[in-house]
Amino acid sequence: MSKRLAASFLKAKQENRGILGVFVSAGDPDTNTSTKILDSLVAAGADMIELGMPFSDPMADGPAIQAASLRAIKSGMTLKGSLEIASKFREKHTNIPLVLMGYFNPIYRYGVERFVKDAQAAGTDGLIIVDLPPEEDAELRDLSQNSELDFIRLITPTTLGDRLPFVLEKAAGFIYYVSIAGITGTKSAQLESISSAVNKIKQVSDLPVVTGFGIRTAEQAAHVASLGDGAIVGSAIVEIIAECDAQNLSAENTARKVSDFTKLLADAISAHKPE
Amino acid sequence: MNETQPNSFKTMPDENGRFGIHGGRFVAETLMPLILKVETAYKEVKTDPDFYAELLYFQKHYIGRPSPLYFAERLTEYYGGAKLYLKRDELNHTGAHKINNVIGQALLAKKMGKTKIIAETGAGQHGVATATACALFNLECEVFMGAEDVKRQKPNVDRMRLLGATVNPVTSGTSTLKDAMNEALRYWVAHPDTHFYIIGTVAGPHPYPEMVRDFQSVIGKEAKEQLFEAEGRLPDALIACIGGGSNALGLFHPFLDDADVTIYGVEAAGLGIDSGMHAASLTGGTPGILHGNRTYLLQNDDGQIVDAHSISAGLDYPGIGPEHSWLHDIGRVNYVSATDEEALVQFQLCSRLEGIIPALEPSHALAYAAKQLPLMDKEQVVILNMCGRGDKDLEAVLPKLDERGLL
Ligand SMILES: Cc1ncc(COP(=O)(O)O)c(C=O)c1O
Repeated sequence: MSKRLAASFLKAKQENRGILGVFVSAGDPDTNTSTKILDSLVAAGADMIELGMPFSDPMADGPAIQAASLRAIKSGMTLKGSLEIASKFREKHTNIPLVLMGYFNPIYRYGVERFVKDAQAAGTDGLIIVDLPPEEDAELRDLSQNSELDFIRLITPTTLGDRLPFVLEKAAGFIYYVSIAGITGTKSAQLESISSAVNKIKQVSDLPVVTGFGIRTAEQAAHVASLGDGAIVGSAIVEIIAECDAQNLSAENTARKVSDFTKLLADAISAHKPE
Repeated sequence: MNETQPNSFKTMPDENGRFGIHGGRFVAETLMPLILKVETAYKEVKTDPDFYAELLYFQKHYIGRPSPLYFAERLTEYYGGAKLYLKRDELNHTGAHKINNVIGQALLAKKMGKTKIIAETGAGQHGVATATACALFNLECEVFMGAEDVKRQKPNVDRMRLLGATVNPVTSGTSTLKDAMNEALRYWVAHPDTHFYIIGTVAGPHPYPEMVRDFQSVIGKEAKEQLFEAEGRLPDALIACIGGGSNALGLFHPFLDDADVTIYGVEAAGLGIDSGMHAASLTGGTPGILHGNRTYLLQNDDGQIVDAHSISAGLDYPGIGPEHSWLHDIGRVNYVSATDEEALVQFQLCSRLEGIIPALEPSHALAYAAKQLPLMDKEQVVILNMCGRGDKDLEAVLPKLDERGLL
């Protein structure tokens, strides 16, 4: 596991809580604001950043993250630009793990080898590539494992049957449990179903299990994080950015609003101790 | 049948759904188990005589197959070269080739115990065909259609609604076929247990490109036999238009191993390839990954998908089926293009000379025929896939013909 990811999970474990992962799109709504938002996430207590590399056709994303991608692309964000944002982040924040999330086409176009090299040089810790299922991920996974980037696999409610051992076999970093069959920002899963899925995964894999999709409130985040090793919040954060952008708020004010909400999430997770 | 001859062009895809570097299964993990189930189910029916008997029954009695192979004498005379035969798939029930594939997939969905169907549509022909099959087989039908296409193909929207389908206008992206397909995939991700996704062209994740090709290959198989009957020989050339490429591959595939048959796939050049406003993924695109497969795409240097443009809603797609990408890479098929303007001229010409109102899509194939046939000898024979009729296009086309003094 990447050193930063390992340290982050260890720290949370010592504090008897799960980690808080926060998703934002790189360059949403512009590079300057996006950079300030990332800084504010760290200050507010996020344990891990998932940085979205914008794509024009995000097949697994709902309206909120689709719009975030398009705002970023419109402001001129590119894959190269996303890596630059990651690199600047790393200069300032040496310990917070940063995982890149995106779709394969921009990476393929950039060049898979070049991407892995540059993503590592930028100080990122892992990759979540939504449209590279285990059957197709070798062309990126093999290179990234050699370079100490964790290629993170997704488990979904439809994976939980026969397919589970196959998907877990070559998983690295942590397991991302997608808690609903669906796209981001739509519905939320029942806690019981998350709990049962996390337990199933843990029977097969020793890696930490972090749950995402449909986690919108501090209360949900706290509950879900306590069922495994962490929770990831995306659309709810991105919607705040959209609202600030619509109101033409300054970069500072946008970052502050995002930070206020992130702090609520972090505090709730810290306060919630498993029984 | 020369299915097993060495160096065959008909052995693809491989077990991973690849056609050379193209194809594959680039979908979210949520969909992966569903796609594997479709693959398993399709493998089973492929060798199931009962399934084929049922398919054959509906092809004959419901779709109206075989469609005629018609010698277009007046167009032949007008173009002044090779003899032009039209494969009349516009006479199929619902007015295009799309139904060939839909009946096959709907029968498969039924066999898999699915009661609800998802479809994307551009021109609305695939949507209408799917809504039709759903009425016939008592299945629920959700169609996703770009809001822009809902406007320019209104008669088809009305037909779908009458047939009992729900038409969901899609406003994301450019509100055309690409976005409809995104939305259909998103809907499928959220309804994995109940729904079957009937893809309308030879694209998407494996096994769709193969399956749709197989169901459409009835076009080429019939045409081959019919031409033998009419002329006692193979054609010298085949011409078909390409959106995703299903009507084209349906005609081409049975001829791929006939080395003397020259094959032309006609992409939409929109306002011209140089204008950047076109839908010609092979002529003007580069390999990439979209909608579950690797294939040629219209994209920028950053790997963002670029909007396609064509007067024809059915060709307005920034990708192409992976098998075409492979046939392009190995040079078996020649991929050419025709502009909006050229298609409009043929739309009128074919109506006036043959009494056949072609859809805008095959009007692109005619536009290439208009260039190629005069270069060929009078003894040579060309088959063109008349894959759809133009009723759906009248509202959009007539004002344009009027402007050009063609009415
Ligand atoms: C009549 C007709 N031809 C062609 C097409 C393009 O699809 P394909 O290239 O898969 O045949 C369409 C699509 O809607 C159509 O309606």
